[in-house]
Amino acid sequence: MEHYLNMLVKAIFVENAIFAFFLGMCSYLAVSKKIKTASGLGIAVIFVMVLTTPLNYVILEYLLRPGALGWVHPSLATVDLTFLAFILFISTIAGAVQLVEMVVEKFSPSLYNSLGIFLPLITVNCSILGASLFMQEREYNFSETLVFSIGTGTGFFLAIVLMAAIRERLRYSNIPNPLQGLGIAMIITGLMAMAFLSFSGIQL
Amino acid sequence: MSAETTTVPQEAKKESLFSKKNRRVLRDPLDDNNPITVQVLGICSALAVTVQVKPALIMAVGVTLVTAFSSLIISWIRDSIPGRIRMIVQLVVVALLVTLVDQILKAYMFDVSKKLSVFVGLIITNCIVMGRLEAFAMAQKPWPAFLDGIGNGVGYGIILVVVAVIRELFGSGSLLGYKLVPQWAYDMGYVNNGMMMLPPMALFLIGIYIWIQRARNPKLYNVS
Repeated sequence: MEHYLNMLVKAIFVENAIFAFFLGMCSYLAVSKKIKTASGLGIAVIFVMVLTTPLNYVILEYLLRPGALGWVHPSLATVDLTFLAFILFISTIAGAVQLVEMVVEKFSPSLYNSLGIFLPLITVNCSILGASLFMQEREYNFSETLVFSIGTGTGFFLAIVLMAAIRERLRYSNIPNPLQGLGIAMIITGLMAMAFLSFSGIQL
Repeated sequence: MSAETTTVPQEAKKESLFSKKNRRVLRDPLDDNNPITVQVLGICSALAVTVQVKPALIMAVGVTLVTAFSSLIISWIRDSIPGRIRMIVQLVVVALLVTLVDQILKAYMFDVSKKLSVFVGLIITNCIVMGRLEAFAMAQKPWPAFLDGIGNGVGYGIILVVVAVIRELFGSGSLLGYKLVPQWAYDMGYVNNGMMMLPPMALFLIGIYIWIQRARNPKLYNVS
């Protein structure tokens, strides 16, 4: 139990997707102008991530790993299909995003309109594919994968909502012209990343 | 550019290969329409692989190849892609190319491949690739699309290398692994700036780059 709690805290704070690995920076910078849309995107990302990372784990474990196909036929036990991981992972993610898009369009048209182009762009949100690839690289088991995906998704949500809150206040401040918009967003993210560095080394 | 302009007369019959328009397509992403600092695409990997110059260079080459060839292929088959599933088709093409790059890296440069870890795979979701496919390759002929891919890849590479050079030089006193800061400097009390090795510094450096670029070119104010 402690191990999982530790992993969760690590994924949310210590190795935050945005501040430590810069995963998902594109949508993070583009959608963080208003808290409402930012939190909508954050929730969508958590949802897609918790859906796809364990799914990709299952694909990896029972289809791709060296010897994983042994359950089909013993003669396939030596087959190693890990080189197909990228294509299968991204297909799973693209499919899941399509699903989320349909659900959101049906149940919350206002959220659908405000998210606009960024809903399909969750597919290319690096943090989602990144979570699956980290899962593969670090060889997590199923429950670890689940905890890790929840943590990474929550970390993204936290980062984008914090950033949106700061940017809403920023509208009233006097920033030099060339630095407005993207420039200051980068520097603020840097400062926030420095703040998050102080979490490093925390063990529960 | 001078070498390219000389080839123009021979092919002036149709639209020449390096006509003025095509040259613009190639050159714009290097500065005025830079994928990272102006279009805000592909920032994730730009920040994460820039601690040292070598991974940054290899990443830049990888992204350039993938962007160029995926633009070429998608532009080639753009008329036969059904609109609703174009995203998945694009992703499969990109994933295929990235798998190739990844396998080649693993075979010939294993240490760099280890250092880049998941970021090679993340070229698939690099917004530059998808962004250019959507914005350019889906509506243009293969050759301009290919040039656009090269231009954007190189524009991305420039930022990567600038940031990586600053970070490696001040962070570990070396470039491409060769020690540049002499030992006597350390003896006299020079210290590497450990801050440069940490993630936040990449953000500051790109922020400052954007600041300088926009101060020189007021056209770019408030583009995003």
